[in-house]
Order: sequence, then C-alpha cells, then structure tokens
Amino acid sequence: MAETSYRELSLNGIWKNNPAIVQLLGLCPLLAVTGSVVNALGLGLATVLVLVSSNTAVSLIRNVVSEAVRLPAFVMIIASAVTCIELLMQAFAYELYQILGIFLPLITTNCVILGRADAFASKNPLLPAVYDGLIMGLGFGVILVLLGAMRELAATGALFANMDLLFGPGAAHWRLVLFTDYKDFLLAILPPGAFIFTGLIIAMKNLIDGQIKARQDAVREQPEAGAKRVRVTGKIH
Amino acid sequence: MALQNITSPHAHGPLTTAKVMRRLLLATLPGVVALTWFFGPGTLVNIAWSCLLALGCEALVMTLRRRPVGFYLKDCSALVTATLLAIAMPPYSPWWLILVGVASSIVVAKHLYGGLGYNPFNPAMVGYVVLLISFPVEMTRWAAPLGGGATVTPGLLQALQACFNPATFDALTMATPLDLFKQHGDLTVTELWLQYPHFGRWSGVGWEWANLGFLAGGLWLLYLRIFTWHAPLAMLAALALMSALFYQGGNPGGAGSPWFHLLGGATMFGAFFIVTDPVTSAVSTTGRLIYGALIGVLIFVIRVWGNYPDAVAFAVLIMNFAAPFIDNYTQPTVYGHKRDGGSKP
Repeated sequence: MAETSYRELSLNGIWKNNPAIVQLLGLCPLLAVTGSVVNALGLGLATVLVLVSSNTAVSLIRNVVSEAVRLPAFVMIIASAVTCIELLMQAFAYELYQILGIFLPLITTNCVILGRADAFASKNPLLPAVYDGLIMGLGFGVILVLLGAMRELAATGALFANMDLLFGPGAAHWRLVLFTDYKDFLLAILPPGAFIFTGLIIAMKNLIDGQIKARQDAVREQPEAGAKRVRVTGKIH
Repeated sequence: MALQNITSPHAHGPLTTAKVMRRLLLATLPGVVALTWFFGPGTLVNIAWSCLLALGCEALVMTLRRRPVGFYLKDCSALVTATLLAIAMPPYSPWWLILVGVASSIVVAKHLYGGLGYNPFNPAMVGYVVLLISFPVEMTRWAAPLGGGATVTPGLLQALQACFNPATFDALTMATPLDLFKQHGDLTVTELWLQYPHFGRWSGVGWEWANLGFLAGGLWLLYLRIFTWHAPLAMLAALALMSALFYQGGNPGGAGSPWFHLLGGATMFGAFFIVTDPVTSAVSTTGRLIYGALIGVLIFVIRVWGNYPDAVAFAVLIMNFAAPFIDNYTQPTVYGHKRDGGSKP
C-alpha cells in the first residue's frame, strides 16, 4: 500500500468496516461476555491492547518472516500478547479476570486480531499498523460496550453495575438505576438476548447507512445553481 | 332417480385468511369456557388485554413498514396469536407480563422475520418461551382450580385488578398438576392421587375439562378441514405411546399414565391449535406425520426429564427448526416421475 490515509483507516475501523457489526468477526466474545457494561469494557480494553501490541510486533517482523510460516508466527505473537494481558488482569483486576474466565485466553482465537495481522500489519509500516490496531480495537470495543449497555439496561433496568471491578473501590457507587421497581428480564442476559440485540445494532447501522446514502443521492441529483441561460440539450455542469 | 353430475372443482366461496382465523378463534371457545369455569375470569382478561396490545403492535409495525394498516389488521392473524398466547399464560397475569409476551410474539417473532407467512417460529410460542425463561416465577404461578383447592373463583373485578394493579391482588395459587407430579418423590401414582385431591380423575381438576374443550374445538376445525389430521394425531399417538412405555405401572420411578399426559397441561391445546399452524409446520403429508410424532416424543421427554413444568412450547419451537429439513426429505414425487430421477435439491 503506497499511501495510507489515517482518516480512511479511522472511518473503516469505526464505521464502514467495523469488525463486530460489518465483518461480523469475533462474535464469540461479543455474544458471550456482553451481559453488562463492565464485562464488555474489560474485554474491549483487553482486545484493544492485544490488537495494538500484535499489530506492532507483526509489522516489525514483516520483512523477516517468510510467507510460508507467517500464520504460525502471527499466532505465536498474538498468544504471547494475550498471555501478558491475562497476567496483567490477574494482577490488577482479579474479580473481572474471574468473571471473563475462558473468554480472556480465547482472545487468541479472535478472528479480528489474526485478520488485521495478516491483512494489514504484515503489509504496512509500523505507524499505520499501530493506528489500525488501535482503531479496529476501538471499533470492536465500542460495539461491545454498546451491546453490554443495552443488555444490562434491558435485563436489570440499571447501568454501570460493579464498575469497581475495573476502576477500583471508588467506582462502586456508579450504578445508575434508570427504572425503579423493574422486574429482571432474564432473556436479555441469556445468549438469545445477545443475538437479538446484535441484530438490532446491525439493523440500526443499516438504517443509518441507508439514510446517508439517500441524502447523498438527493444532493447529487440537485442541479447546480448558477446557470446563466437556459440550455435545451445536455446537462449543466 | 336422477343422478346429478356436477364436475369439480366443488369449491364454494373462497376460504380467506380472515375466515380461517375467525374460525380458529371460535374453536378456542369450549376450552376457554372450561378454563374460565375452573380458574375464574383471569383467562378472559388475559385474552382481552393481549388482543388489544396485539392490534396496537401490529398497527405500529405496519405503519413503520409503510404497509396498509387496516388491510393487515382485518386478517385477524394478530388476534389469533394474541389469543393463543393469552390462553397459554397463567390467568391473572399482570399487564406488563402480557405486554412483553405480545411484543415478543408480534414484533420479534412475526414481523422481524417478515410478517405473516414468513415467520419460521410459531409467534405465540416464542412469546410464551420468552416469558417462561425470563419470568419463571410469574409464569408458573397458576390459580387454584374450583373444586381442587379453591372454593370460589375470583370475580371479574378482581381479575381486572390482578391485571392492572397486580400489587394489591392476592389469589390462592398452587403448582399445576404436572409440576406437582414432577416432585412426587417416593409416592406411587395411586398414593399421590389419594393425597392430593386436585389431581382429579385423570390429570387434574379443571385441566381435564379444559383439554376436552380444546379437543372438541379441534375436532370441529378438523371437520371444517382447516387442517388435516396427520400432525395432531401423530403428536397425540406418540405422546400416548411414550407415556405407556414409561408408565411402569404407577411406580414412583415411572411417569404419569397416558391419560395424565394426554389430558394434562397444554396437550390438546398444543395438538390442535399450535402444531397445526400452517406457516411453521411441515407441509408434506409424510412430513406432517413425522413432525407431529417428534413433537409428541419431545413433549414427553421434556416433561418427564426436563426442568420446566410443561413442554409443548419448547417441543414445538425445536420442531419448527426441523420443519424445512423434514419437508426437504419428504417431498412427494410428481406422478409419472421417478423418485431418483427428479431434480431434488
């Protein structure tokens, strides 16, 4: 890739090619741990860190590793990064580490990470690769948190419960009760709820895309002003 | 003797969707009357409130989808879904419970999949299962039947109060016979029947009459040829066979008798009003037999070895998944064509 535009990278990662709701990669953690905001945020942050560090390493060794063994090499890098994150989390957020359980080591198999390593970082210099990892991770994390918030709200009528797992004891009272006297809606926490809400988010994105496209088409079809005289044939440019 | 020779087709007037749906509503009447007699007017309030909500949901979605609202409201399919859901729910359910159920049925299960005729799952059963797994306490709290725990049923005013001001309503509730049977411990079936009067003659006071009512309504629909006999009969036969095999003469380790299972819980309601749904069931003749029989087997398996008190909704939803697959392998061959020579997918 000759010239990498950071603006395009950002647009791709967050919206146009969002790993979670356009590429539909990494659905396993997306569906499994988004029962609450704190879980989603924890896994989202872990994914961002892994993605940035793996993209960095892959980009640095891209000219050294041969084509034939690149995938095993990438997986080794990702696995080491995940192990580091896991150990860090064990040290600083042990309760959250226990809640996330198997899905933390499973970040290794998250297709977003291997996908970005192979499709982007192995073909690009360091800085764009790091930026791509950051922005793709953010795109994934934003959807995780959004889904976590929707499910937590639907399930318990409140938001940001147990934030002290991630932000220390000061965050214990962050729980925001939006509906009092709310019956817990178990379906939202259960796996079917994850599928339903993911579907709703994708539908919402498609709706917005459709409206943007309709607006652009409307703008394009408007005749440009400034024509001095009436033409009989041809289009005015 | 003059033999009139009228040629086919003998169709007399088109059978519209609305007509079928209205007959279906009418056919639920005997069962609803039985439920009302034994459990009080809770079922009626359920039906009225859920029909109102269903019309609202349908109109809302149709407006959002930019379709003619009146045309789709008039086909009565939303009313049928709402009525079936309301019958399946416990009487004296609070208003919000019915709201969540109807919204899941009409908006999620029906319209998000494309509307009437496109839904792969039975909307009423989706609504019921959503409620059952989300609010297990509210959904398993049945009123005590008249003559089987209760001496009077609540009045209409109390039923309305239960629906719209649930905090102030306090009714005599108890486990359903199916639930009670599951926790029978070391008692044999005979001892169990002696100990609990509300088991009634076969399957619980009230429940047997409600089931007979739905059976009568179903037979009327069968007579009108709204559906064929294959799926319901296969389901009932499979359920009877399974329960006969595992009855074990009424020992504590065994399951209930065939009568208990055939006339207990939602069996007849499911057989004639849920299994026969033309949209979500298998459509070939052999397919219907397989579809119905597997539902019967699943109902028994989930009732006896599962965690939930009744199993019709789960069994039907599982088999809805399988219906296209069953249809694919039971396609009848066109007359004059060989089975292996055709262009099977």
